Amino acid sequence: MTDDELIWRISGGSGDGIASTSQNFAKALMRSGLNVFTHRHYPSRIRGGHTYTEVRASADPVESRGDGYNFLLALGDSFARNPQEEAVYGNEEIKPLSENLDELREGGVIVYDEGLLDASEIPDFDERVEENDWHVYPLDLRGLARDMGREVMRNTAGVGATCALTGMELDHVEDLMRDAMPEKILEPNLEILETAYNQVSEEYDIDAPDVSVPTGEHDETQLLMSGSDAISYGAIDEGCRFIAGYPMTPWTEVFTIMTQNLPKLGGISEQVEDEIAAAALAVGASHAGVKAMSGSSGGGFALMSEPLGLAEMTETPVVLVEAMRAGPSTGMPTKPEQSDLEHVLYTSQGDSQRVVLAPGTVEEAYEQSRIAFRLAYEYQIPTILLYDQKLGGEMKNVPKSHFDREPNPTLGKTLSEDALADEPHSGDGKFHRFQHDVEDGVSPRSIPGQKGGRFLATGNEHDPTGHIAESPDNRVAQIDRRTQKLEAIRDDLDGEDTGSYTGPEDAEYGILTFGSQQGTVEEAVERLNDAGISVKSYGVSDMLPFPTEQVEAFVESVDEVLVVEMTASGQFRGLVQKNLGRYGEKLSSLLKYNGNPFEPAEVVDGFEAAIVEGDGDASGHQTTFVPAAGD
Amino acid sequence: MSTFSAIGDEREIDRDEYTPSVEPQPTWCPGCGDFSVLKALKQALPEVGRTPEETLLCTGIGCSGKLNSYLDTYGFHTIHGRSLPVARAAKLANPDLEVIAAGGDGDGYGIGGNHFIHTARENHDMTYIVFNNEIFGLTKGQTSPTSPKGHKSKTQPHGSAKEPIKPLSMSLNAGASYVARTAAVNPNQAKEIIIEAIEHDGFAHVDFLTQCPTWNKDARQYVPYIDVQESEDYDFDTTDKVEAAEMMRETEEALHEGKVLTGRYYVDDDRPSYGAEKQAIGEMPEEPLAERYWDDDYEWERSHDMFLDKHA
Repeated sequence: MTDDELIWRISGGSGDGIASTSQNFAKALMRSGLNVFTHRHYPSRIRGGHTYTEVRASADPVESRGDGYNFLLALGDSFARNPQEEAVYGNEEIKPLSENLDELREGGVIVYDEGLLDASEIPDFDERVEENDWHVYPLDLRGLARDMGREVMRNTAGVGATCALTGMELDHVEDLMRDAMPEKILEPNLEILETAYNQVSEEYDIDAPDVSVPTGEHDETQLLMSGSDAISYGAIDEGCRFIAGYPMTPWTEVFTIMTQNLPKLGGISEQVEDEIAAAALAVGASHAGVKAMSGSSGGGFALMSEPLGLAEMTETPVVLVEAMRAGPSTGMPTKPEQSDLEHVLYTSQGDSQRVVLAPGTVEEAYEQSRIAFRLAYEYQIPTILLYDQKLGGEMKNVPKSHFDREPNPTLGKTLSEDALADEPHSGDGKFHRFQHDVEDGVSPRSIPGQKGGRFLATGNEHDPTGHIAESPDNRVAQIDRRTQKLEAIRDDLDGEDTGSYTGPEDAEYGILTFGSQQGTVEEAVERLNDAGISVKSYGVSDMLPFPTEQVEAFVESVDEVLVVEMTASGQFRGLVQKNLGRYGEKLSSLLKYNGNPFEPAEVVDGFEAAIVEGDGDASGHQTTFVPAAGD
Repeated sequence: MSTFSAIGDEREIDRDEYTPSVEPQPTWCPGCGDFSVLKALKQALPEVGRTPEETLLCTGIGCSGKLNSYLDTYGFHTIHGRSLPVARAAKLANPDLEVIAAGGDGDGYGIGGNHFIHTARENHDMTYIVFNNEIFGLTKGQTSPTSPKGHKSKTQPHGSAKEPIKPLSMSLNAGASYVARTAAVNPNQAKEIIIEAIEHDGFAHVDFLTQCPTWNKDARQYVPYIDVQESEDYDFDTTDKVEAAEMMRETEEALHEGKVLTGRYYVDDDRPSYGAEKQAIGEMPEEPLAERYWDDDYEWERSHDMFLDKHA
């Protein structure tokens, strides 16, 4: 835990504008020269229900949510259900204050809207304040906003109060509001921002803020970006101009970003009747010669199993993204989990021939979205980008230069009509689209409308022309060729450096993780080393084909390995063991599946309890330790 | 040489070009109505001037799906019920292609019913031929969505308790802009209707009655058939939705009373196709998207130049 950081949590009801207010505030902090990282928590509910966003800001790079937080702006839930229903729901109005106290650090600040919230309704509130040395500022934000014309502006008033109490200048916030707000609402918002700032500054004599905003400096332009943004931009830069989808949380973000941008690029987006159609459209568009994608979350992705298998069998390039949320079934729609790993690896009948990549950060989301398209088209294989509600929705600053790369619209081994003329054909002119003996197993393809390229794509096993064939020799040749592509892709990925390593190379212990937990694990590794425990981590991105050699070398180099993942059954650990074939006695698990991602302290404490102390009992956390085989 | 030089190729086309050398003889049962669909397509395609390499035929699964093996064009033999989403995306990606989708009644009205409704609603410029034999043939004679009420089979031993799907009415209500029914026993009408369907600028749905002599002997041969345009007993306006609906209702009821009515039921030449609608609102490029990937002069946009500043 660094002392020199602000972790600002804004809480309210769904529909109260928490997301947009927090995003603007995060951007203001970023523009002031700080590194920022956001963490969202929201219910699956249309209006009302306790929601919050955390903005962590520090002069040092931040790659994770923090441990708890130190500044609360509690706005109250303006969509709370009928107070008469309290017996069932509890007092919802007060939840933005009452539900957030457990994670507030000692010495933290509470600003709450006393126009809406009555702190005396919270049991033992004063005692807890005293015990934790919290600094409490009740402000009538709603009253102020109402006086100034519009009640929704209480969010802005809260930001003004935050600035006054943390010693932050208003100029970055004002600049942002000028960029983000339409003329009509800009002036009253600027006014209320300043009024709230001045009122708080006058009412409380703030010489030394209880919690202050750190200062920092960036040496290049920064962008505030989410994983969903990064995945979308990666697709665009690889020449993807077709997307088909059906709304489902949290995949909807990528679908929306692509749909809003594609028309500006002369591309096509289709919202269709279901996810079976969505994936089938992506396959159809790709077959006709366009770089195409689709995607969904768990339940919707389940519907894509069949078109996914069709893409495997017909060797149609396609990228599918899968934004995991807590399952099974509808599960917890707005909560992150990593438990679709096995689903995505194995769904659809037959032996899987697909690529699965799980980026760990916003930067990797952009890079691996590009790699996913490149591999899909170069090797004619469906490629799945596996992420989750956490990576998709959290935002962080990334240098703009990270995206300053050349576009890559190439279709891979696709032949021109001239080149097609030199390729093998049957007597009737049918092109041998699925030739047996080709480099890396990749048989060059043609596109409908090309002269000399006629062939049949079919989900049945087929001969070189695509004609349905069930002879044993052909079957073995085709399966072996398609499998050979995965071996070539493994070699290819070795050159992409998708894994992420932290900690001393000669460390005694190791932590393995995948996907979105990477940043949190890396922060924990740093803290453990600071505390004198020699540990390193490896965040794995390639789920299929698996980097067996690299993972084996990592496991081999340490005494014990803790596998950290957001699943209940240790799916990633199972995947590691399946691929390595041994080391079961060296691998234990730290799991979390309560709907919230790991905090760094949970990994630190979990590691100490599991590996250093050996009993696995990390009290106070909702994490689960599963010992190594034989323990 | 242009990228897709098969498209728009003006030349004489021989019917034999559509016959593959690998499997020139279909393996459908003798007397199967599916032969007529194949024949009608082989006659219609040269007549509308579409060569094998500018045509993409997408099929589903079932006896009808074998069409891809017997008609030599660019083909995509997809999965059960999903020919339409594959086909319509190919049409969006390259509107210059002649896209034809085909499947059986189980494929199109059962497992793929959702896609049928939505593809009709969107009015994609394509032809959809449903081989309707009122039975599941390839899986050996189970009751299908168009089997009449009371139909007995191994999977409905006491007779189906369900009303059959009314494909023509469903199509009209869903939004198809060309709806016709023809029958395997009426090859001339079948050919003419397939030609009209291909030339129609919008979603053209042809419910093609294909008798199954092996598993559906009850339906016999769909004879005697009556062409509603030629018969003097029927007089309705195919451009009028209300009259079309009434004629469809009568046709669908008559089928199970032994009267086989066929012909054109609804033709709307004014409604723009989906591609045209999408282009009109700026959501689809004027030039086929598939061409762009071969254009060496095209300057591919970068997110860095176009979208990133709003994140700063």
